[in-house]
Amino acid sequence: MSSIQWQFPRALEDEAIYILRETAAQFERPAILFSGGKDSITLVRLAQKAFYPGKIPFPLLHVDTGHNFPETIQFRDWLVESLGLELIVRNVQDSIDQGKAKEETGKYASRNALQTVTLLDAIEELKFDACIGGARRDEEKARAKERIFSVRDEFGQWNAKMQRPELFDMLNGKINIGENVRVFPISNWTELDVWNYIREEGLQIPSIYFSHEREIIERDGMYWPFSPYLNTTEEEVPFRSKVRFRTVGDMTCTAAVLSEADKLEDIIEEILAAKISERGARIDDKRSEAAMEKRKQAGYF
Amino acid sequence: MDVLRITTSGSVDDGKSTLIGRLLYDTKSITQDKMEALQAASKRKGLDFTDLSLLTDGLIAEREQGITIDVAHIYFSTPNRKYIIADTPGHFEYTRNMVTGASTAQVSLILIDARKGIVEQTYRHFFIACMLRIPHLVVCINKMDLVEYDEARYNQIVEDFQQLLPGSFYDGTEVKFIPISSLYGENVVAATEKIGWYKGLPLLEFLEQIQFDRNDRNHPARFPIQYVIRPKTEQFHDFRGFAGKIASGSFAVGDTIVSLPNEQKSKIKSIEKFGEQLPQAHAGESVVITLEDEIDISRGNLLVKEGQARPEGFREVKAQICWMDQQKLTTGKTYLLQHGPTRIKSKVQQISSVTEVTTNRTEEKSEMGLNDIGRIVLKTAQPVFADTYQSNPANGTFILVDEFSNATVAVGFVE
Repeated sequence: MSSIQWQFPRALEDEAIYILRETAAQFERPAILFSGGKDSITLVRLAQKAFYPGKIPFPLLHVDTGHNFPETIQFRDWLVESLGLELIVRNVQDSIDQGKAKEETGKYASRNALQTVTLLDAIEELKFDACIGGARRDEEKARAKERIFSVRDEFGQWNAKMQRPELFDMLNGKINIGENVRVFPISNWTELDVWNYIREEGLQIPSIYFSHEREIIERDGMYWPFSPYLNTTEEEVPFRSKVRFRTVGDMTCTAAVLSEADKLEDIIEEILAAKISERGARIDDKRSEAAMEKRKQAGYF
Repeated sequence: MDVLRITTSGSVDDGKSTLIGRLLYDTKSITQDKMEALQAASKRKGLDFTDLSLLTDGLIAEREQGITIDVAHIYFSTPNRKYIIADTPGHFEYTRNMVTGASTAQVSLILIDARKGIVEQTYRHFFIACMLRIPHLVVCINKMDLVEYDEARYNQIVEDFQQLLPGSFYDGTEVKFIPISSLYGENVVAATEKIGWYKGLPLLEFLEQIQFDRNDRNHPARFPIQYVIRPKTEQFHDFRGFAGKIASGSFAVGDTIVSLPNEQKSKIKSIEKFGEQLPQAHAGESVVITLEDEIDISRGNLLVKEGQARPEGFREVKAQICWMDQQKLTTGKTYLLQHGPTRIKSKVQQISSVTEVTTNRTEEKSEMGLNDIGRIVLKTAQPVFADTYQSNPANGTFILVDEFSNATVAVGFVE
């Protein structure tokens, strides 16, 4: 049986649209956290649907680490231009220059955790009371525990033990000034749901998701994109190979998979057969068993 | 493809997490890296087996204490349907999180340890399943391996459980019993010889064939307005659409609708979704409705269909509630009542009774504490257009929000 016959469960789209409309109605100033990855691209399509024929009533906020894949940034700018969206960019480099964040050192240095500083500053500066993110509960076990409307204190902190009960589809976004809510409309989607949605909706995605030849190095049994941002040792010699990325984060923390998949159908087949989970290719999650929960406590999305 | 939402409940150590782990493992939903992480984590804890509960206990505090504190949502799919499992805590003190996980479920799996039979938490979880009117109840009698797959033991527990049924909501409806061993995967995904005396379907096969008839589609039509879409662009200059998710029933183009509370009438001009024109739409669908007349409608209004039973505009709401806050509920205090997209000030007039869920006995009390279930009467500042939970669950629930802490302090079921 070809697994490609698996359909996207449309009930999840209805649920996500409902959540986006609640966000627009309950908050003064929401924003979509946009990374240029497949989940945030999906969010943009859902927001289009939720408010059509009106415009998307939220700006996109991109917390730019400066270590992005150039293809992702190109794609971001194209999407914003073609849909007439408002894009706000805040740079991790600025937080570093202001002395608020400190660059990590060593072989595994990444700016992933530093994003939190820039994000929290942006929330405060732009007075966002709701930040809509493309996080999914199937990605990671701390995310599996988070509510759809996740209340954060004025430091952006998540208190896992004090979450509001969330019953039926009733969402309570009532907060005090200074607090904000992280909203997760695609909480209940899986990686496969997102891919099937992209396929059925015919959405454009950055080229790095598809197989292409690029320079990589091998480290810890994984393939890392070679870039000036990666601190390599002498033994780590770059070579060229056909790869694609399953998840799009920074060039320093996102591993590639060797792949020939250059069509959505092939990508889906590949995921169905994969022995490694999506975040298995994210070095930032492997730092400790509680890496994600700790980042969320600190204000990560 | 449809989505089946399941909640698991049962006492501590009755094997909920192992059952979920088994479902994921046998449907090949655990990837190698997650399995390896699980093995490593089990080893670090000094265990000589792979502890599948570490897969779902995602919080530091849960892993430290070896208990489930809050709901985890777990996913797996078969080519037939997508499953969402709410893995809920078994401990009494986290009952509110259990209700959170169970509120959207179509199937409640209640686990019973075959050695112990019915215990206090079984009563509590059965009571909550009844209160929520979860349409399908499956009682999994687990750890059959520890009672030598004894058919008599199984029959005894089934009989004991059936004693609970008369008088409950499940009276007269089918409750399914399945003997399983999560640890060895017997009768979870596939039937085994060891439980050869059991002639029914194994658990997953049973879940695969459940027909969850969307009852809410047969109820009277209810469309709470979430958001008004008014683009005022050149192309859509006069467009005025009402966005929302249909709570129950169906709406079709040409239907005469009445808007509540202002009692204005009009006809449905179009039902749209991202530019697509639909002839009709049903419960669960998020759509935009346009009307033939320019009537005054905003967020919080409820559209119903002329000729169908209308919800009463309650100024006094009688409800069964589950109290979910550390601070006690006392009479005379005001809370915001959130029903669909409306928030209305309300005052607790009376606590009629509090139920001891393990015995189903009620008593009069002047206050309700965390995890208490009871009946109250609320006076509201404006009418609430709710149905009773029994007649139309989708329009029969509300939450109470504390005006000062903003916490969700209760869930209510209109009676």
